[in-house]
Amino acid sequence: MRNLRFPRLLAYAVAFYAVLQLLAVTGVFNGYIMHIVNQSLIYVILVVSLNLINGISGQFSLGHMGFAAVGAYVSGTLTTIIWKLAPDNPAAIVLFIAAVIVGGAAAALVGVLIGFPSLRLKGDYLAIVTLGFGEIIRTMLNNIDYVGGPRGLLGIPKFSNFTVIFIAAFLTIVVVRNLVQSSHGRAMLSIRENELAAELVGVNSTKYKVLAFAIGAFFAGIAGALLAHLIQIAHPTQYGFMGSVLVLIMVYAGGVGSITGSVIAAFGLTFLSEGLRIVIDSLAAATGLPIGGEWRMVVYALLLIFIMLFRTEGLMGNKELKIMVIEERKA
Amino acid sequence: MKQFLSIMLLAVVLLAVSCGQSKELILGGVGPVTGEAATFGDSTKKGFLLAVEEWNAKGGVLGKTIKTSFADDKGDPAEGATVYTKLIQQDKVVAIIGTVMSKVTLAGAPIAQAAKIPMISPTSTNEKVTLVGDYIFRACFIDPFQGTVGAKFAFEDLKAKKAAAIFDLGNDYTKGLSESFKKAFEALGGTVVAFEGHPSGATDFKAQLTKILEGKPEVLYISDYYNDVALIAKQARELGYKGPLLGGDGWDSPDLVKLGGEAVENGFFTNHYAPDATTPEVLTFVKNYKAKNNATPDALAALAYDATYLMLTAIKNAKSTDGAKIRDALAAIDLVCVSGRVKFDANRNPIKSAAIIEIKGGKQVYRTTVNP
Repeated sequence: MRNLRFPRLLAYAVAFYAVLQLLAVTGVFNGYIMHIVNQSLIYVILVVSLNLINGISGQFSLGHMGFAAVGAYVSGTLTTIIWKLAPDNPAAIVLFIAAVIVGGAAAALVGVLIGFPSLRLKGDYLAIVTLGFGEIIRTMLNNIDYVGGPRGLLGIPKFSNFTVIFIAAFLTIVVVRNLVQSSHGRAMLSIRENELAAELVGVNSTKYKVLAFAIGAFFAGIAGALLAHLIQIAHPTQYGFMGSVLVLIMVYAGGVGSITGSVIAAFGLTFLSEGLRIVIDSLAAATGLPIGGEWRMVVYALLLIFIMLFRTEGLMGNKELKIMVIEERKA
Repeated sequence: MKQFLSIMLLAVVLLAVSCGQSKELILGGVGPVTGEAATFGDSTKKGFLLAVEEWNAKGGVLGKTIKTSFADDKGDPAEGATVYTKLIQQDKVVAIIGTVMSKVTLAGAPIAQAAKIPMISPTSTNEKVTLVGDYIFRACFIDPFQGTVGAKFAFEDLKAKKAAAIFDLGNDYTKGLSESFKKAFEALGGTVVAFEGHPSGATDFKAQLTKILEGKPEVLYISDYYNDVALIAKQARELGYKGPLLGGDGWDSPDLVKLGGEAVENGFFTNHYAPDATTPEVLTFVKNYKAKNNATPDALAALAYDATYLMLTAIKNAKSTDGAKIRDALAAIDLVCVSGRVKFDANRNPIKSAAIIEIKGGKQVYRTTVNP
């Protein structure tokens, strides 16, 4: 019993949560900053789960937002129906969490269905298949009238809040971290390093690739569900190719295979994109130059190019911070 | 710790007091100045800034100078939710003009409603936008209205009894427009002989058009945007259709005639305003806009300009920057704007007339004004 310690990651997470919650309650962080924090946390889920597929298992997926769309639409449809039947239901938050998990499960199911046929492909070919999958999802949503078609799914109740999103992000990190450091994760890493060699030592590569795909899709679905309940609308155009590319950029900017890097990149790039808004506005006000919001994306893209030029391996490379590593128990 | 807290509290109080006595108020604006709808956002921003400039030249509102904070939403709902939160929480705007695309406005409106910040969307046509709550208004007419006016014009002016409609299956705007046209045209006693959707991004419409022309329609309703309209018009003419073409405000672009040429002649569309109309409001607006931006204002600029005028007039009438008072003043407003005389109905949609514009000799010519 002496050796039973409070896990390090949990301790940091609780501290992080407490500080942010305190800043929010005292009003130091206004609703705007908390909104960006919430968005960053949703991106943490997306980036870490894509990193499991792209970085850890070495399968190049370009359809991550397609899974998020499945989660968003399934959970959004469920909660809107429940909301209509019984508004102000005291059990609403429980039903919401159930709906989010169902959304994630639906995305995982789709991930398995897509995974079996397409994971026989490698590299570029897999990228094209997943890209196609993402577009199929988007087009399907555009054509299903029940979920609003091109109008989008409207009237989703606002259930997502900082606490729920934070817990979801924390669980994603823990699950992916523990998975990577288990024998299953080692098998995934071996497939990334050399699939033929992995097969020769008895790793069932199809099984592990599909497993990585399903788990990644599950968390992407959760992220989509949380996003839909944060901004109260789900629209097909949100889940297109560009959305998937943004998540992919975060994976690469953070470092392929590094969970720490994914978390840093998700927070860093989300805050950068918003911070530039304020920087450019105040720059325009101070100098009187005719620069407006449209320059924000130019600077953002330039900064990304510089990250990739000077740190090709991403911010963290494939290293992890110490808090991400499971500590060895002494006997 | 206690000391720190009391200093913080003092700072907050001081900040609140200094804000209360400030000589300026901040008006928020939102529009997609980057992304797929960047030209729409650009026009919206120019119309919004021009209106504020004119008010400031006249001494502002309530004796205060109007400062602006314009944010880019990229045409993305998630980004829209972020910028609405920013304007309200960070910049402390008293009201918001925005935004252009319905899907983005629908993400922003609940935030404004919850914070009790009145907002006017210049151009979001989805019916659901203003149903979000009583602080949400719009300056444009909605899709069903445009379809109704189009049907009325087709039935009464063009004397058509048989109509056909073609629309983009993947676009809510064009689909909604065609649906309301069909409903209104049938209610007036006409028959809709064909109602055909085409996939988004299609360039060959002959399959749909052949089917449509089998029913021998006397008017063809095309609810697409100008680039598709030009292609559809050309192919319809190639297949031998000679009758009039009709559409909505998606036609409003100088490129329509460039792309469509002869084929779009004998075409009519419903629009928010006609730049060649001769009311004093239109004349002043067009003159000032040209002087500042060196371009003829489109409907988006006109509507953003109108929305800003409506909001500032409401603030003036309310004699307050309190959200609830501005909302009540907006609900009671009756103002002659560039796009016509505006009053709001119970759902905070404007009651106003629509301009019918004809394509004649390669130019957009004002034809008539239709009341619903």
